[in-house]
Amino acid sequence: MHPAPSVIVFTVLSGLGFGTMALLGLGLGPSGAVAGPLTGLFAFVLAGAGLLASTLHLGNPQRAWRAFSQWRTSWLSREGVVSVALMAVFFAYVAGWFLTGSPSRPLGILSALLAALAVFSTAMIYAQLKTVPRWSNPFTVAMFLGLALAGGVIATGLAMTLAGETPGPGAGLPLLAGSAAAYAYRRRTGALSLATAATPESATGLGALGRVRQVEPPHSAPNYLMKEMIFIVGRRRAEKLAVLFVIFGLFAPLFLYILSREAEALAAPGLALALALHLFGAFISRWLFFAEAEHVVGLYYGRR
Amino acid sequence: MTALPPCGEVKLGLVIDLDTCVGCHACVTSCKEWNTGGYGAPLSDLNAYGPEPEGAFLNRVHMYEAVPETGPAQVVNFPRSCLHCEDAPCVTVCPTGASYKRAEDGIVLVNEDACIGCGLCAWACPYGAREMDRAAGVMKKCTLCVDRIYNDNLPEEDRIPACVRACPTGARHFGDLGDEESAVSRLVAERGGFALMPEQGTKPVNRYLPPRPKAAPEPLSLAALAEPEAKGFLGWLDRALERL
Repeated sequence: MHPAPSVIVFTVLSGLGFGTMALLGLGLGPSGAVAGPLTGLFAFVLAGAGLLASTLHLGNPQRAWRAFSQWRTSWLSREGVVSVALMAVFFAYVAGWFLTGSPSRPLGILSALLAALAVFSTAMIYAQLKTVPRWSNPFTVAMFLGLALAGGVIATGLAMTLAGETPGPGAGLPLLAGSAAAYAYRRRTGALSLATAATPESATGLGALGRVRQVEPPHSAPNYLMKEMIFIVGRRRAEKLAVLFVIFGLFAPLFLYILSREAEALAAPGLALALALHLFGAFISRWLFFAEAEHVVGLYYGRR
Repeated sequence: MTALPPCGEVKLGLVIDLDTCVGCHACVTSCKEWNTGGYGAPLSDLNAYGPEPEGAFLNRVHMYEAVPETGPAQVVNFPRSCLHCEDAPCVTVCPTGASYKRAEDGIVLVNEDACIGCGLCAWACPYGAREMDRAAGVMKKCTLCVDRIYNDNLPEEDRIPACVRACPTGARHFGDLGDEESAVSRLVAERGGFALMPEQGTKPVNRYLPPRPKAAPEPLSLAALAEPEAKGFLGWLDRALERL
């Protein structure tokens, strides 16, 4: 699948923003009357920038408001509805916190629920597609939720350290769980080739005659389908990128997080570096998520 | 509304005969000609005279070969377009309600005024039936020539999809596949028509008819070709030269 930069930027930035919102809403972030709302503003801007980026890949972005109408059937519509509801509720939560000096517990919990639902909806847009076997499984959902959670833990940890607070005991466990979920996605879906969904024989229905091979394509230059669904550029570098992601995007932030808990002097620079590395890793992982995914339409073109 | 309607009685669709298709692409050009001037935005071509022309088409004709374990391969021309699935995944994923399936005849259409061009429906379709119009930024797909088949302004023989009308070998048939007694349904039953990628669970309406079995060719003896037996004058000459 073609890795559209706007979709990668959207899912990575909004994932980090939503993860931070969820933890802040649950009271697991900084609790100060200034540090809390400021962290909230950071998450709000990140998620907002991501949501704006998501409209850049549309053919007719001026009609994007229509995407709020089909929440009964469409995960993309649900993502839109939930994201906008989350932005409104979370804005009220942060503004109330800033004005009154203390956060509203119900609004915080509602924000956390909506944030989890928003990331879940994003993941389901991909996990629902039977046409892409690598995506159409629960590991996709776990990976999206896991990366958002990991980013949230690092971002709130950094905010607390900067505000002179100490994250509570066990605050690193969600980071471990989130990183494990992100790691599991590629390990467990790598073997889900196109053949697990369909074959050239079932795509053409000609299996009874023998093995099917394309002799001549229907057009001489690549069309929309081939550019969008049969993206093969960079696949040969996929293994190296995956190693970069695991080392710099998963293990390094985890190590830096533990280090920051042990050595107080290193806490702020360590967590800042961890956040930067997490973002770097998340971009690689999301690029691979698209570039490595194969769509069954490739079977008609004799390519994957 | 992107919820699928309750399955109706009428299921209009195409039956494509892979035995008779000669791969001339007349259906492709006829489809493009009709649909670039009919329903919705024109089917744009980008860089049409450049090195890499690209355009939106609603119908594509592939050429495959099927290679059996033994014996010669068979070449099959294979037109590919929207199958107007009963359980159309392209409809339910649409966030705006632009993509819909008609209850009255089962045709899957795009309301281009509501399409935001997100491309998710094309991702959801296993058959590559949807192509983005890069100029208009909306999704294009086969309409089963909805602006022909009910069009009283056309002579009756033209009230069929443009691809069916254009096919010079009669490889394309149009009709109601929901009616077991219709000509297309009988054709499917007689010839063992099949659906594409049934494992995707989309329940396509369109059917393909398999190529008829070919008579096995006489086994070719290369040894006989290498040593032709000359007869008549050439035979006498051959024997005479042999004796020299």
